[in-house]
Amino acid sequence: MNAPNLSRREFAAALGGIVLSFSLAPRLALGQQPANLPGSLNGNRMLDAWLRINQDGTATVFTGKVELGQGILTALAQIASEELDLPLASIRMISGDTGQTPNEGQTAGSQSIEASGTALRMAGAEARSILIDLAAKRFSVAADTLTVSDGIITGRDGRKVGYGELAGEVDLHREATAKVAPKPPAEHKIVGKAIPRRDIPAKVTGGAAYVQDIRLPGMLHGRVVRPPRYGAKLEGFDEAAAKALPGVTAVVRDGSFLGVVAEREEQAIKARDALKKSARWSGGTALPDPAKIYEHLLSLAMDDKVISDKQAALPDGAKRVDATYHRPYMAHASIGPSCSLAQVQDGKLTIWTHTQGVFPLRATMAKALDMPASAIRCIHAEGSGCYGHNAADDVALDAALLARATAGRPVRVQWMRDDEFMWEPYGPAMVMRAGAALKDGRIVDWNYDVWSNSHNMRPGDPDGVNLLASWYLEKPKQPGPPRAAPQPAGAGDRNAIPLYDLPRSRITSHLIKEMPLRVSALRTLGAYANVFAIESFMDELAAEAEADPVAFRITHLKDPRAKAVLEAAAKAADWKPGQKGTGTSGRGVAFAKYKTLATYVAIVVDLELDRASGRIKVPRAFVAVDSGQIINPDGLTNQIEGGIVQSTSWTLHEQVRFDKTGILSQSWDSYPILTMNEAPSVTTVLIDRPNEHPLGAGEASQGPTAAAIANAFTAATGKRIRELPLHPERVKAALA
Amino acid sequence: MAISLKVNGVVHSVTAEPDTPLLYVLRNDLALNGAKFGCGLEQCGACTVLLDGIPARSCVRAIQDIGQQEITTIEGLGTVDKPHPLQKAFMDEQAAQCGYCINGMIMTAKELLDRIPHPTEADVRATLAPNLCRCGTHNRIIRAVLRAAQANGKT
Repeated sequence: MNAPNLSRREFAAALGGIVLSFSLAPRLALGQQPANLPGSLNGNRMLDAWLRINQDGTATVFTGKVELGQGILTALAQIASEELDLPLASIRMISGDTGQTPNEGQTAGSQSIEASGTALRMAGAEARSILIDLAAKRFSVAADTLTVSDGIITGRDGRKVGYGELAGEVDLHREATAKVAPKPPAEHKIVGKAIPRRDIPAKVTGGAAYVQDIRLPGMLHGRVVRPPRYGAKLEGFDEAAAKALPGVTAVVRDGSFLGVVAEREEQAIKARDALKKSARWSGGTALPDPAKIYEHLLSLAMDDKVISDKQAALPDGAKRVDATYHRPYMAHASIGPSCSLAQVQDGKLTIWTHTQGVFPLRATMAKALDMPASAIRCIHAEGSGCYGHNAADDVALDAALLARATAGRPVRVQWMRDDEFMWEPYGPAMVMRAGAALKDGRIVDWNYDVWSNSHNMRPGDPDGVNLLASWYLEKPKQPGPPRAAPQPAGAGDRNAIPLYDLPRSRITSHLIKEMPLRVSALRTLGAYANVFAIESFMDELAAEAEADPVAFRITHLKDPRAKAVLEAAAKAADWKPGQKGTGTSGRGVAFAKYKTLATYVAIVVDLELDRASGRIKVPRAFVAVDSGQIINPDGLTNQIEGGIVQSTSWTLHEQVRFDKTGILSQSWDSYPILTMNEAPSVTTVLIDRPNEHPLGAGEASQGPTAAAIANAFTAATGKRIRELPLHPERVKAALA
Repeated sequence: MAISLKVNGVVHSVTAEPDTPLLYVLRNDLALNGAKFGCGLEQCGACTVLLDGIPARSCVRAIQDIGQQEITTIEGLGTVDKPHPLQKAFMDEQAAQCGYCINGMIMTAKELLDRIPHPTEADVRATLAPNLCRCGTHNRIIRAVLRAAQANGKT
């Protein structure tokens, strides 16, 4: 930690005006083993890394987590406001800036409330107590005689002092102890309330809300020219013609990386078109036959790992059931193509980026550009929703490569729609094989195998450079090796271990090492596919056992919170055991506890089918959610409902199309998503557990939604579809 | 060459090639953030503006073809302090996640409410169907438009 912290200070000094006081916690400097601190405090141990009290009575709060449209900065401001006893309007948030904020890695995996929220809760409580101690000293009274409201500390005799007046004295440049207890939930006034999001007013009025909206003085516009297929080599192009186009200030070629910079955006786009026409490419990799993609993946080298192995005697006469499920490659498909700004001045590179992790991006950018991390500052600005590792990081490297050719002028680069679809890392295609034995209505044996590529090819890899353009440079960099992630969170095997009570089980995760299509983290990682498979299979088993799907699940659950969400969803939907589908309508249920350690979700969906066209519609969904203590009920509802609607899109429509020559999904025509006409209405039941830990919810509803839709299709038709998506051709084939 | 455009009631003279899509002029010359680049193919609607009150995809409309038509962007509807009923309804319903599509939703809904002050939910869904949302905020967007329609009746 030493070098980056020092350089961060140097960097700030160079910027002028910003006073920074990061430093090592004293014990760390002495090499002693520090005590574990909760949440992200553990890796960022100084109180003033998290918050400062300003002389105007406000507080500045620093977080390494970033806004992705999930409302995290509002939720974190609520937590800081609550613990500091400061009005929400007095909390200023600074997020994701390698020059200013703590390093909290990636904003991913629905962990921000748990990691950053916990740190801010503890730091806020401790800072408040330090301020009270200062006031007590000033008044010469005991600290426990003082009360605090809206940043004003009041004594019994009526004397008052505001946080702002203490700002000069308060020393938060000290290691957190985490010894000051945060407020008990019963005393919460701001946490737990549906506070309006801070970012929404600008977003609905044309305010500067996104990285796409940043305009720097003297800014130029850049575009990149990508190869026609993975790995193709640039043999040549008409540089003179491109340079002669109006407004073009630079054409940048480094190996097979090709980009252009112009005074105006439309000029950069025209120059890109011209370069695309004149560029000559050779070689590149052929893609597998899409009709045999799953067989192909299973034929590749893999690492196998048994992730759960429970032994028990297998009773005689059990009935076996087996089924195999598939999920295709899926795109993040952000509405706004990825964008970044870069500027090189005095040997320092500044990047404005909608990355999910400014620190990992900086580390990888340093390797890609062969420059020290200390000379790079990455500043987060919001982008269009990313839903995982999309092209946000890649475009940042593109911008940096172009900014080296502009003599200090900043460059704004936005990918075109086809760049985004063809070059983003997809959510991997996966195969899930489930087997079980039933006896007397109980599951007595369980086998499950999941095959997947890596779901984590993000920047920040210790061994490789996971940034697209770096692989095409004259001196190309290599991506990191494919990586699995340990259970219980897992990656491809996320949610591969069900919460059900299984006396005997063997669950194996297979990491397919070769990646024929570029892949990385898409929202939920493998959980979407594993929950789709397991919860489809649970319905298949319930049918075999002639049991009601809700009752069958509850029978196999011990966790009372799991049972409670199933009961609540069934009640909200007025679920009737034994209710039959009609051939054109039916309902289905599914359940999961995300990552087996986060939010519980149970969902019932209604499905309508047009048998002639094969089109499925999901008019309604009923969902029950337990995410422990609720920080912001409206934000939680928005995340859960959004997950259901997005998953309905994934489940009914989405798959990346390709053939041997390359990626065919290049626009919204070739990668259709759910429209307004098709969005299910959602009834949400929140089960608040104020005394439990708050749990991440942004990825909790997608898996259950997919399975509930598949189960509703079976309820409607008696047919089972085990391969996603449930698009019209596949539906018609199932009905034929 | 200079082309004259009337945007949100003000006439601007813009120096750009005549075939320049309106979107880039709005964003880069006039510093209006509302209309967004989404696809450049008139498929997603993030760039929607009104031309004489009718929704248009500014990513494919060349400035030479605008002529005397009055251009309205989301900035022309209202501000954070004085929002248009649609903008207020989107705030009240918290109808955004990432919010990148919301410009197009509001501008498309504006024309709907001008034409049909009290639309049904089906009207709203059908009108907004060509505008893509990726975060799954569909239901809140529909509720916001219906809420704005109710506010219409009260003013």
